[in-house]
Amino acid sequence: MNWLDICALDEINLLGSRIVSGPKGDIAIFRTSGDEVFALDDRCPHKGGPLSQGLIYGKRVACPLHNWQIELESGEAMAPDVGCAHRHAAKVENGRVLLALA
Amino acid sequence: MQKLKLVMIGNGMAGVRTLEELLKLAPDLYDITVFGAEPHPNYNRILLSPVLAGEQTFEEIVLNDLNWYAENGIKLLLGRKVVKIDRKQRLVIADDGSEAEYDRLLIATGSNPFILPIPGKDLDGVIGYRDIADTQTMMDTAKTHKHAVVIGGGLLGLEAANGLKLRGMDVTVVHIGDWLLERQLDRTAGELLQKSLEDRGLNFLLPKHTAELLDNGEGRVCAVKFKDGEVIPADLVVMAAGIRPNSELAESAGIACNRGILVNDTLQTFDPRIYAIGECASHRGIAYGLVAPLFEQAKVCANHLAQLGYSRYQGSVTSTKLKVTGIDLFSAGEFMGGEGTETITLSDPIGGVYKKLVIKDDVLVGACLYGDTADGGWYFRQIRENHNVSEIRDHLMFGEGAIGDVGHQGADKTANMPDSMEICGCNGVCKGTIVKAIQENGLFSVDEVKKHTKAASSCGSCAGLVEQILISTVGGAADVKPKSEKAICGCSDLNHGQIRKAIREQHLTSMAQTMTFLNWSTPNGCATCRPALNYYLISTWPGEAKDDPQSRLINERAHANIQKDGTYSVVPRMWGGVTNPSELRRIADVADKYKVPMVKVTGGQRIDLLGIKKEDLPAVWKELDMPSGHAYGKSIRTVKTCVGSEFCRFGTQNSTQLGIDLEHDLFNMWSPHKVKLAVSGCPRNCAEAGIKDVGIIGVDSGFELYIGGNGGIKTEVAEFFVKVKTAEEVREYNAAFLQLYREEAFYLERTVHYMQRVGMEHIKKAVLEDEANRKALAARLHYALSFEQDPWKERIETPQLKKEFDTIKVVQLEEATV
Repeated sequence: MNWLDICALDEINLLGSRIVSGPKGDIAIFRTSGDEVFALDDRCPHKGGPLSQGLIYGKRVACPLHNWQIELESGEAMAPDVGCAHRHAAKVENGRVLLALA
Repeated sequence: MQKLKLVMIGNGMAGVRTLEELLKLAPDLYDITVFGAEPHPNYNRILLSPVLAGEQTFEEIVLNDLNWYAENGIKLLLGRKVVKIDRKQRLVIADDGSEAEYDRLLIATGSNPFILPIPGKDLDGVIGYRDIADTQTMMDTAKTHKHAVVIGGGLLGLEAANGLKLRGMDVTVVHIGDWLLERQLDRTAGELLQKSLEDRGLNFLLPKHTAELLDNGEGRVCAVKFKDGEVIPADLVVMAAGIRPNSELAESAGIACNRGILVNDTLQTFDPRIYAIGECASHRGIAYGLVAPLFEQAKVCANHLAQLGYSRYQGSVTSTKLKVTGIDLFSAGEFMGGEGTETITLSDPIGGVYKKLVIKDDVLVGACLYGDTADGGWYFRQIRENHNVSEIRDHLMFGEGAIGDVGHQGADKTANMPDSMEICGCNGVCKGTIVKAIQENGLFSVDEVKKHTKAASSCGSCAGLVEQILISTVGGAADVKPKSEKAICGCSDLNHGQIRKAIREQHLTSMAQTMTFLNWSTPNGCATCRPALNYYLISTWPGEAKDDPQSRLINERAHANIQKDGTYSVVPRMWGGVTNPSELRRIADVADKYKVPMVKVTGGQRIDLLGIKKEDLPAVWKELDMPSGHAYGKSIRTVKTCVGSEFCRFGTQNSTQLGIDLEHDLFNMWSPHKVKLAVSGCPRNCAEAGIKDVGIIGVDSGFELYIGGNGGIKTEVAEFFVKVKTAEEVREYNAAFLQLYREEAFYLERTVHYMQRVGMEHIKKAVLEDEANRKALAARLHYALSFEQDPWKERIETPQLKKEFDTIKVVQLEEATV
């Protein structure tokens, strides 16, 4: 995998997110309370809402437009909604956030 | 660690609900074994009547199929009746000899039909009405025999009679009382019901005492004989003369019983390892036979089994509804009236409508509705919440009024709506979809319906309609608790009031501390509870609790309003709606420079710049050089004004200046929900003060204050609060009222709903009657606001806060794609 160095972990707020401008549109990188990071295309499968702007809890984000709940690990929407946001690999190494585009 | 052993005797709705609640709280605490006497998994017993009536099938009423037990690791022993509890060995023994040891035992054996002790009670063709087997017997008998007699004119008896009639039998209902459903209806309503059932072809004999069931010579019943000597033919006799708690087993194990197994407020018997729940249990002298209270018990019992133990069951007010299609009746509380009560009655026997409300000491204590039950849920809430109804007494009889007056074609009664009618205008959910979800998934609360269908999950204006559908689908089992009693969300069992109280009394000042202290079940809450907790913390402990931006929804984090395409709208503050050429020039320049796609005037007399990119927000704010208009927050929004006495030939007061002053008073105020004000300079009321949270109308002799208005989802006219002489007084009373609202309202409760919950009297007492308290309230508001500053300015000046608006550009990314 081609890991790209994005930023220091501290540059993303705890339970916050940052936007990375990717080649095919924005990618949202989320940081959980356990300092795990996840990356999804910044588009809700429902109506394209910017997931990066949502409220993050556990390993989920609530879309800011219509409150769909999206699983950060899989990109899947929680029932009763159905849909999936495109997922990218992300990890933290030595305090740096790394991203591999998928 | 070895798991504890939990054994449950009985496999019915109350018991299994307890297990469901327990698994939510402590999925790994117990090895669970369930003994069920019937050969079926848990099904919805309430829906046996629709099955008998041919409206549903057995398969459709199963609540937990066998997979559910397997998935949760529950050992299910069906068709086995427990015959002995050995409390010394902590062992239960079933009729087939199988045994199970327990650390905790849950008795949920339900009830048995009361079989009249009369000759012939053991003949073939004489049954109770309790389970799938009884229902099957009735359905089979209806195919081969003609005459059915139902003994008992209660809910169950009438549902059985209705079902048997629909299956083609001649049905006679025999009742000992003077009218039908004497425990649910008063005489007038009972007689109306009897008439309408007679119109459907049912026969009634009442009051009538059964003496004997006669044998046809082959061991089967052939007739019923009464004490007055009359004899009527009967091939099937259904005993529906009441139920008796099934407490024999417990009694034989030496557990105290008295018309049910005696339990305390945590549903424990005197042997603390043994719990009892549901129809077999007697709590404070009452054995409940309806589902809603049993589910409340289940929650408490599960909480205790999960070793939390902070819930208590304190009894329930119950409501009933007859599940006979086409007949609407509803009763709740002390509907019979009696000493010290007053009744309001509406009676239209020709139109088939009868309503009776019982009031005691200015509180609604009971309701009995026949023919039109649309307001049943609303009355039920009034009864449960002990509202003082003296002020609404004159229109109490007419119900809640329009439930939602926009988006539903003005409809406020769901009973006659076709299945294709759209209920939720936000998410496009039809009535049929909601009914189907309720039936198929066994839903009992509006929240569950929201989760399964999305109905009422956006703006919420149809929640009342959804509640009606719920009540008409599952009847008395519907869980229609008011928000004041509901848990805040799935992360906690506590309601908003309890949480506010704990934050105040325990001096909790951070999110983490609050969640730990209150045993939050999730590591960092959810999108429902975090914004609420954040508000409670900062409003209770200004200057101490730190605002948590990550617990705010995006608009309050970005200080702008997100639009459907992810851009934002910017509304700069114009105090009192007054602007000037230089502000307008700056707005025009910004609109040009950032190519703002739309510039619009808002309903609150402001200018809205729509379609601004998030990264441009700080620059836009800087160039506008105007404070935040807070058009995005649960906060003070705008003070709308008319031109007033400075220009208007009718104006009696300087409404514009007062509006500006009020807006400065409230600048940066966070609140449970949005707060809008208006000031008019004369009673012509051009600022539309009648639909604002606080509306002020200037008159020649002073100012009138109105509170609790709302122009949104459901238009609510503000109520007169007080008249004062000076503008200074207006500002003090306004600050005091809004601080009271900030301190007492639940998150997302508008002033109108707060007022409906606590009552106008309470607010008047706190603000009008007690001058010292009024001044203290106003002082607390000013103190809280002294810590706040203009969020736009803050973000322009603090680089740390600007981070929110930047995108990360990654050089490698572009290279990687080459």
